[in-house]
Amino acid sequence: MTSSPPSSDDTSRLTVAELRERVDRIFYFDISSGRSYESLIDALALLPRRKQDFALHWGAVAAQTHLEIGYMVILQAAQALRRMEASVAEEWVIAALDAYDASGVRAAVACLRDMDGFLARQGETGSRLTLGAVEGRLGRFLQGLSGRPLRVAAGESAWTDTETLFLPPAIDAGSREANLVAYKAIAGLLWAQARFGTFNAELEAALTEAAGEASGERYERALGWFPVLEALRLTACVDRDLPGLARDMAVLTADLPPDLAAIRADLARRDATVTDSLAWLSGMLDRAPPPPGLRGEVRPGAVARVRSERIGRDTEILRKSLAGLMAALGRQGADDGTMDIAVETGSLEVELSVDGQVVSLPPDGRAAAQSLIQDLGLIPPECMTPAGPGDWKPTDRQDPGPTATMETRADALYDEWDYRRGAYRRQWCHLYLHEMAPGDAAFVGEVRRRHQPLIRQLRRRFEALRGEDRILRRQPDGEDLDLDALVAAVGDRRGGAEPGERLFKRRSRAERSLAAAFLVDMSGSTKGWVNEAEREALVMLCEALEMLDDRYAIWGFSGWTRTRCDLYRIKDFDEGYDNAVRGRIAAVEARDYTRMGPPIRHVTGLLARQPARHRLLVNLSDGRPDDFGDEYRGHYGVEDTRQALLEARQAGVRAYCVTIDRHGADYLKRMYGPAAYTVLDDVRKLPLKVADIYRRLTT
Amino acid sequence: MTTEGAALHALAPELERIAEEPYYHAAGDEAALFEAAAAKRLPVLLKGPTGCGKTRFVEYMAWKLGRPLVTVACHDDLTTADLVGRYLLIGEETVWLDGPLTAAVRAGAICYLDEVVEARKDTTVVIHPLADTRRVLPVEKRGELVRAVPDFMLVVSYNPGYQSVLKELKQSTRQRFVAIDFDYPPPDVEAAIVARETGVAVQTAGALVKLGGLTRNLRGQGLDEGASTRLLVHAGHLIAAGVPERSACEAAIGRALGDEPDIVASLDDLIAAVF
Repeated sequence: MTSSPPSSDDTSRLTVAELRERVDRIFYFDISSGRSYESLIDALALLPRRKQDFALHWGAVAAQTHLEIGYMVILQAAQALRRMEASVAEEWVIAALDAYDASGVRAAVACLRDMDGFLARQGETGSRLTLGAVEGRLGRFLQGLSGRPLRVAAGESAWTDTETLFLPPAIDAGSREANLVAYKAIAGLLWAQARFGTFNAELEAALTEAAGEASGERYERALGWFPVLEALRLTACVDRDLPGLARDMAVLTADLPPDLAAIRADLARRDATVTDSLAWLSGMLDRAPPPPGLRGEVRPGAVARVRSERIGRDTEILRKSLAGLMAALGRQGADDGTMDIAVETGSLEVELSVDGQVVSLPPDGRAAAQSLIQDLGLIPPECMTPAGPGDWKPTDRQDPGPTATMETRADALYDEWDYRRGAYRRQWCHLYLHEMAPGDAAFVGEVRRRHQPLIRQLRRRFEALRGEDRILRRQPDGEDLDLDALVAAVGDRRGGAEPGERLFKRRSRAERSLAAAFLVDMSGSTKGWVNEAEREALVMLCEALEMLDDRYAIWGFSGWTRTRCDLYRIKDFDEGYDNAVRGRIAAVEARDYTRMGPPIRHVTGLLARQPARHRLLVNLSDGRPDDFGDEYRGHYGVEDTRQALLEARQAGVRAYCVTIDRHGADYLKRMYGPAAYTVLDDVRKLPLKVADIYRRLTT
Repeated sequence: MTTEGAALHALAPELERIAEEPYYHAAGDEAALFEAAAAKRLPVLLKGPTGCGKTRFVEYMAWKLGRPLVTVACHDDLTTADLVGRYLLIGEETVWLDGPLTAAVRAGAICYLDEVVEARKDTTVVIHPLADTRRVLPVEKRGELVRAVPDFMLVVSYNPGYQSVLKELKQSTRQRFVAIDFDYPPPDVEAAIVARETGVAVQTAGALVKLGGLTRNLRGQGLDEGASTRLLVHAGHLIAAGVPERSACEAAIGRALGDEPDIVASLDDLIAAVF
């Protein structure tokens, strides 16, 4: 946590007047509400100083997000501190702020009021295990079991819609070990439902038939008994392949009445299917089903919905990609040519032919076709009609252009650090990736001509960096004799001295295994000289880097509020420094604002995936982070940028910031603390400096 | 070692012949392909993930063809001299020692360069004249051009699963070879292999193979590779030696695949699911 309330002893309790002043300061802007803050002062007046400080500090933090939340925090702080430790109470506030980020102020207030619920989720006994603590582990476990990613999410009960596994937010089964077993057991059961065909029947119809009604008590009982029977069947299925998991899953059926033994045995047959479970169902409805417990439930409606949504989505994608394909083949519509698709259901291979000629589907179309085969066993003919031109949907992946706004789906969502909370705002920033539209192709050539001698000099210096072979002399072993050493040794021997044993030479190569990403500020404030210098710097850099084998990428960033952070690809790691890249460098221009966190986080992720021993992120900017209309402009942005750089360091990426700031402002040290940085007082130095800094960093 | 006489001024490493038939379970027609390539004096490239049986296959083929086998495990410091040979100083004389490649070329052996992409790029180039119709090896330091005897055969292996761009085989190298694809065998075959190699019960071998499949699902999720057949065999050996199944798998598979506590925990979960 970066911030915590100041501590002081109880004797210095704040007086009513002091409290009124502090509260007024927090709610200064809330003049229009006409709300009385006397109730807050009453609530605080009798508290010890420590609790007063807590309430005022976290009330102020929350009020910066929303005044109403701040109000509630102060009002409830006394009660919260009676019921929980201060550190837990901090979590209580942060949970409410998270709820605000996700669902708005009502959810946040509800979250603050529901202290019981919070404590139940939080758990204080120490034996509880929260889903958050094991989410990653369970995700990998499921990936291992199924070979495809299944999402894990918290839900009020355990169930699955075949794409997401909803698991209880916390489990308390007595010990950490038992909790983990329980989580694995539930996850295993839900995975098995999808794997061993629980949803292969028309469940709603089948349950209705077994109950003899579509709603009411018997239907509810059928709905209650069905997962019990399936749990018995699935545990047996799992036992055949994964006996260890089946043993864990036994805890899920341990509470069942003993007279189910016959059913248990029947459903354990190797050839038992969901139909057998359904067959037993009608005989069970005279008594109430056991409580679901950890076994969870089955929601036939939700499964059917997800399945049909998925089929619809895949159909749409497939038809789109067929349309694109037909257009690429120069055909107009569905009637133009005959299409044929051959499907191999075992390996899910799809082969498409048009007029007898085999063509390959684009990757997303292929994935959609494969998914359809899994859901339907075949590709229905209606999916094979290419989509018409009038079918444009906002989900279509077209270049959103520079005016992209919230309607399009972000390419990535990033957390943002809120220093006041000392916590992240989850999925807060929407990042869009664009390819830079090419600019004036003559620009690079012109820079090259203008700076020819300088470039030549840079290239010479860079050439010296290449991982050249070095001859190591006087080695105990090597590929060749070291004649000097040999002559000396023979001389020594003749003279009666002990000859040396290191008589060989060996070549050793200092290999440069390095990937670098350059992140260029394209905010409005760079307009003019700075932008010009940035572009020149990129040209010089590329010219120099061409002498090395280092992999490098260049990205430009700009943005307009947290919902539109733009990252422009100028050069990817795999691209050469070709005419397309030169055109994009020329197109770097001043656009909107500087929200530095999301681009740093994204490029860090890209770098972390690069196969290199050393990873370097170089950030070029013209000063302070800034964004339109929100708090990013101030200390908040500095802290978030700092946090993003810290994350980069944790991910094994070395960050280096080059900034142009004539005043050498004091925030730089704080912001770039986790990275190293250079401040240039003159823009004109930038082109030469960047390449030079790079050289220094990588030798 | 003696250094008397000019004829002895060259040394050669001893070449080993494989006396006993190595156990190899064919997955397809790879043996026939290899034999045809050997008959037509074509070099062979074996592609496949680590531990799927490439080396064993070469041993088996060397035995079958009755040729000596020279294996070189390539690494990033492997120089041309390590392959071709070097002068040694014995007494006050320099003596030439053939490298493994030269020895194989002279003796008509199979020379197997394991994980050839690991070798330095300039080293890989020396095999080029051997891997086309010339079939010669220039030994620059001696000014000698060694012609390969008919039985000489060059075999290299590499693992295309490496993510690294530094570990790609150059086109000029790869386009000299007949390539044979290797992968982990189908589950029933892999189980038979594990059972045969280690002596564990068929059921245990089946469980190990099941586990192998689950770990291979984690490829890209924090793991670069899933458990290879070799690791499954290791686990089988431990089990055959009396180590409890879970501990054997944790040691031979879980800890062998990953270091990060999170990943190891997930692997342990999978092990616990199978046993």
